[in-house]
Amino acid sequence: MRYNERELLSLARQPAEKAAEIRMRVPKKGSVLKKRLVKLVVNFLFYFRTDEAEPIGALLLEHCRITKEEENVFSISFIEEPERKYCFECATEEQCQEWVEALKRASYEFLRRSLIFYRNEIQKMTGKDPLEQYGISEEARFQLGTHRQ
Amino acid sequence: MKLNERSVAHYATCDSPADHAGFLRKRVERHHHHAHHLGASYQRRWFVLKGNLLFYFEERESREPVGLVVLEGCTVELCEAAEEFAFAIRFDDAGARAYVLVADGQAAMEAWVKALSRASFDYMRLVVRELEKQLEEACKSLAACRKSPRRSSSSGRKRHLSNPALLPLQEKPTTLENGYSTWASGGCVASGATCSDQDGGQVKPPPLPPRRRSAAGSATGSPAPGPSPAMLESPVSPETICFSKLHNWYGQEIAVLRREWQERQKSGQP
Repeated sequence: MRYNERELLSLARQPAEKAAEIRMRVPKKGSVLKKRLVKLVVNFLFYFRTDEAEPIGALLLEHCRITKEEENVFSISFIEEPERKYCFECATEEQCQEWVEALKRASYEFLRRSLIFYRNEIQKMTGKDPLEQYGISEEARFQLGTHRQ
Repeated sequence: MKLNERSVAHYATCDSPADHAGFLRKRVERHHHHAHHLGASYQRRWFVLKGNLLFYFEERESREPVGLVVLEGCTVELCEAAEEFAFAIRFDDAGARAYVLVADGQAAMEAWVKALSRASFDYMRLVVRELEKQLEEACKSLAACRKSPRRSSSSGRKRHLSNPALLPLQEKPTTLENGYSTWASGGCVASGATCSDQDGGQVKPPPLPPRRRSAAGSATGSPAPGPSPAMLESPVSPETICFSKLHNWYGQEIAVLRREWQERQKSGQP
């Protein structure tokens, strides 16, 4: 599958929502934990060798499951292959919890559900649709009930 | 750079609904030394937009996308290509290629441009943050109103029911009442005073809510059709459209209260 790698690399250089040096293990046979710079930008998680400017890889964070594993450890897996886990070992339990929370909220789908929730709540409280002023109240992506996961 | 392509492809083809989909002709980009776009060729592809990702497939039934365009940091504009209904996705990066796409007709082109311009994660996040703020403000106003010592919801309802001018509002769902509460964080004091009046005998005139004092000109009885500048200092965000609705029937409430107060003044009550 082709993709605009150049733009993805450019995205990896943007200011991150969250970035830290975390030990990481990819779901490949024989792979071990390695220190990586892990950077969350929009719904992508980039990971770099700590001294390099260009990421080794990127994970699109849609339809993924973030799991708190043992102490200091969390994993990312994708729904079509739940046993293939990307493991992350943090320095502290607190850091681990922070990353789990941040990654659970990192998907576009999560944002969409939040938007629909807020829209609905505001509509209930005020009787008005807050999206009208943006001119986007009719767009498919913002409808309640059309995007059930 | 590696990408979790298998998962990405799965996301593209799974049955989560797309934000937009349709056939588009995609211009084939040639290398620089074939620079002249005479006879630029186009390939018809099935495009699927999900979130900030634009996938394209060889056929509508294809099981895997041929390609993906990540839509962060791009602009979408109409294109002066040789083709009609052409538009382009461009990125900030100098020297970055543009994706030139051609729709079937005017309506399709406009729909695509609209959907793609608002597809970025950044845009979505902006809207969500704004709504978050609005909800917070609406909640705060509601909470402030409910905390007001002289107001209890039951006496509020009693007032509504016993005041004939307000009876039509009864038939509306709670949102209107909530709306009233939300707006009248200062006005709750007024309603509280009215409740006590009806309960038999406090004599103070209903005080105007703080923000109305500066709008002296508009407090003359009938609800002003347009908001005065002072009225725009609503506890609910002044930009929200609920303002006009809240304003209208809050205005009615005030008119009634004033009349009652004026009548009591006339009848000689201190």
